Amino acid sequence: MITQRCDVLIIGGGPSGLTAAANLAGDHHVVVLERERFGGGIPRHSDHTGYGIRDLHRVMSGPAYAKRLVDTALASGVDLRTESMMTSWIGERSVAVTSPQGRYELAATAIILATGARERPRSARLVAGDRPAGVFTTGALQNLVHLHHRSPGSKAVVVGSELVSWSAVLTLREAGCETVEMITDRERSESYAAFHHVAKRVLSTPVSTLTRVRRIVGRDRVEAVELEHLASGAVRTVPCDTIVFTGDWIPDNELARLGGIELAAGSLAPAVDTTLRTSRPGVFAIGNLVHPVDTADVCAQDGHHVAQGVRELLHGRQNESANIAITVDSPLRWVSPSRIWRVDVAPARRRLLLWTDEYRPVAKLTATQADGVIGRITLPWPAAPGRVLRVPWSLLANVDPDGGDVGIRLG
Amino acid sequence: MSPVTWSGAMNGSPEVFDVVVIGGGIVGCAVARELTGFELTVGLIEARSDIGDVTSKANTAILHTGFDATPGSLESQLVRRGYELLSAYAPTAGIPIERTGALLVAWTDEELTTLPKLADKARQNGYEHAVLVDAQEVYRREPRLGPGALGGLAIPDESIICSWTSALAYVTEAVGRGLHLLLDQRVTGLEVNDSVTKIQTTRGAVHARWVINAAGHGADVIDRHLGYDRFTVVPRKGELIVFDKLARELVNSIVLPVPSSLGKGVLVSPTIYGNVMLGPTSENIIDRSDTSTTPAGLEFLFEKGVRIMPTLLTEEITATYAGLRASTEHDDFVIDLDGQRRYILLGGIRSTGLTASMALAEHVVELMNNAGEMLAPRSGLPPVPRMPSIGQATERPFQDAPRIDLDAEYGRIVCFCERVSRGEIRDALESVVPPTDLDGLRRRTRALMGRCQGFYCAAEVEALLDKGASGRGGHPEETS
Ligand SMILES: Cc1cc2nc3c(=O)[nH]c(=O)nc-3n(C[C@H](O)[C@H](O)[C@H](O)COP(=O)(O)OP(=O)(O)OC[C@H]3O[C@@H](n4cnc5c(N)ncnc54)[C@H](O)[C@@H]3O)c2cc1C
Ligand SMILES: Cc1cc2nc3c(=O)[nH]c(=O)nc-3n(C[C@H](O)[C@H](O)[C@H](O)COP(=O)(O)OP(=O)(O)OC[C@H]3O[C@@H](n4cnc5c(N)ncnc54)[C@H](O)[C@@H]3O)c2cc1C
Repeated sequence: MITQRCDVLIIGGGPSGLTAAANLAGDHHVVVLERERFGGGIPRHSDHTGYGIRDLHRVMSGPAYAKRLVDTALASGVDLRTESMMTSWIGERSVAVTSPQGRYELAATAIILATGARERPRSARLVAGDRPAGVFTTGALQNLVHLHHRSPGSKAVVVGSELVSWSAVLTLREAGCETVEMITDRERSESYAAFHHVAKRVLSTPVSTLTRVRRIVGRDRVEAVELEHLASGAVRTVPCDTIVFTGDWIPDNELARLGGIELAAGSLAPAVDTTLRTSRPGVFAIGNLVHPVDTADVCAQDGHHVAQGVRELLHGRQNESANIAITVDSPLRWVSPSRIWRVDVAPARRRLLLWTDEYRPVAKLTATQADGVIGRITLPWPAAPGRVLRVPWSLLANVDPDGGDVGIRLG
Repeated sequence: MSPVTWSGAMNGSPEVFDVVVIGGGIVGCAVARELTGFELTVGLIEARSDIGDVTSKANTAILHTGFDATPGSLESQLVRRGYELLSAYAPTAGIPIERTGALLVAWTDEELTTLPKLADKARQNGYEHAVLVDAQEVYRREPRLGPGALGGLAIPDESIICSWTSALAYVTEAVGRGLHLLLDQRVTGLEVNDSVTKIQTTRGAVHARWVINAAGHGADVIDRHLGYDRFTVVPRKGELIVFDKLARELVNSIVLPVPSSLGKGVLVSPTIYGNVMLGPTSENIIDRSDTSTTPAGLEFLFEKGVRIMPTLLTEEITATYAGLRASTEHDDFVIDLDGQRRYILLGGIRSTGLTASMALAEHVVELMNNAGEMLAPRSGLPPVPRMPSIGQATERPFQDAPRIDLDAEYGRIVCFCERVSRGEIRDALESVVPPTDLDGLRRRTRALMGRCQGFYCAAEVEALLDKGASGRGGHPEETS
């Protein structure tokens, strides 16, 4: 196998990877490996508006946003290699690549993992029943409708009621498929109350709470779905020919795991510090891979932020001043970053990103270190399952570099 | 849909076949392969549009040594012989196979006292390599086992294999030797005449001198067409959970429970594709086509799994499925020769048919010879086909630098989780027995079988399938 070299190797050409690449390309040889045929990541298949607000300061459609990011990266001199997949690690900072141009080894001084996140498919949710056609995730659905111009079906049940679930409903509608019901196993619907109201009215889709899929019925094509009410145990059958499983994110952590990188417990994402370094020397992780999932613009801003740490590494500087883990208590599920190796650097956008499993109309948070409270904050927005809770870094302003691990809890 | 007929011979079907095999599962395919090695015209009639589409695609894919069979039974003899034959054939045909060995684990005192008896039974079955091991050794071999293992019996020769590729290899070789493969054609009746049997099918009549019944769950129905009433197939459902490949390092060998009166029990095993499998359940059902998983079945497996290997259950689940064993009221395979009517029954091939397949085929030849057929081997047979490598232990095309240099399509990965290239999908579509649907393409390439279950590639793979082999060069995705 031939070995090639570069300064910075970025795995994944989505919003976070491309933004990091464009930032670093001026002075260094930056390679982006993207396994799909085109760069741009998930927004490429997400043909609706709502992209680019925080990073490009304008609102555009997913595909337009993806194209902008690719064009900017290319104009900055990024060596973007599409249809090129990292399949495994070879050395500490070298990887094996498969592409139509060949199978080769690529070695770098710094590696950034930006492989994104995806929704758990039906099987990973242990849903019993037949295994017919007509069962999708939002990602697979949008791929089918937007990139391949195929039609899903005519009557759908959507599992989940997060923002991404409404995105699925919109895609279904566009493809001529009616959503007969949305279900969530939670006590209330997850998306922003205001958005939810509008969406419910405009799309007139009923949402059933405390409900789960018990069984899928249909040999070749979905014919119905059996829904169980969690409180009463009552089971009812809803005829439909399409089922979309939305949300329930899992980071694409295969490469991180193969590389022996420490994972954060609640998210299964690589644990990173405020400079987005992982536990493997010289390897960084950004985007939805580390916070499954936030919006594309927030991921892109990781790409800006990581550049600083990467430059320091390229210039031979490595700063360690602490070894503090950040942990969360239930109902919080995870926090990112989850490590502080340097107290002098705030995280991207000066925000901690958290995930909650329970709804709180007003998010009050407390930070502790060695059993003492070091910070409290009350946010003017709710903590809601199904979307990232963004918390100002000031919550941890008083962290003691020698004070041991930090805990964060709701309330 | 027009009849899907793949035939090695350029000319049409003969007016009267020497032999027609009913059923294109692993057993029927093995029989077809064996018989086309003789001077015979052979047809294979399969109700589905692809071979290996019923029980032969949904099992635990273990190549059994037969150590725990009932000594003296036909099944014991054929499993042992089948193990030898398929172990030898697999490397030649490129069928993925790994000799992982098995470890029977005793969790109760009662099970512990059963182990020496099982070791004896293994010897009676002609298997000499079983070794009793203590608890410490059990944990040395399988450190991730849950607490409470008391001892074990190691069966170093149990192997894992790819049952999809096995059936495909048999039928590919058979077609190369001149088999007439009649797919999407269901047998509905049999009429035996003096020298020829008329086989009624959903696509008209087919004639043959000999009929071999390898119809799996339909074998009793076919048997009754001849006036017999000697067995009834009872589908016994087995549900399974497949875990993510990242779990593969948790388990080294096939971890078996000690069999009880309730059946073989739930095992944890690596799969040939590099996943880990938990199952199967065992439940008699009525509907012979119901391969759905059930809430109760999956829950049961979870309960068992947590005790056998707790860490496994924290891993992601890649798939769940169910298969149906064709069990009968008899305790052995139901095999019979009716020489006068030139008919052989291969019934009740319930939980060891993959292993026994080549031995069953050999047995058919023996029975036909016993009936006075004097089969003559054909000379100048084509070489054994080399099947695509879809196992995890051998090199896959995406890893093969020289191959990609020669043909860039092997470097163009379509299914990322399973690392399946466009070149392999193209090859499958152009193969001797090509897939007719997505499921068939999956079994031939592993596309869509990975952890994302199509999040990224479902649409693209489907488009390739629709375009068929003619889709070469073009790309289903418009510009972006
Ligand atoms: C259905 C849906 C609707 C959404 N709607 C919105 C919205 O309206 N507005 C918004 O702001 N955000 C939205 N999002 C979220 C947004 O798409 C993501 O936040 C963003 O794409 C994440 O960027 P990323 O760079 O972290 O990862 P991704 O965009 O997921 O990119 C990761 C890239 O890495 C590549 N890759 C992975 N592994 C390898 C490997 N081994 N080798 C080579 N390449 C690899 C992948 O092919 C992919 O292109 C939506 C998401 C979904 C799923
Ligand atoms: C859960 C489970 C686990 C197992 N594990 C193992 C294992 O680890 N090792 C092992 O060796 N074995 C195992 N087995 C057993 C093995 O899978 C079966 O014995 C084997 O697949 C049977 O093959 P077959 O060809 O007889 O049947 P099938 O695969 O069912 O094939 C019969 C074919 O006949 C066709 N057919 C039926 N009726 C008609 C008709 N009227 N006209 C035309 N065609 C017809 C059907 O469509 C079908 O394709 C397992 C089975 C199960 C269910």
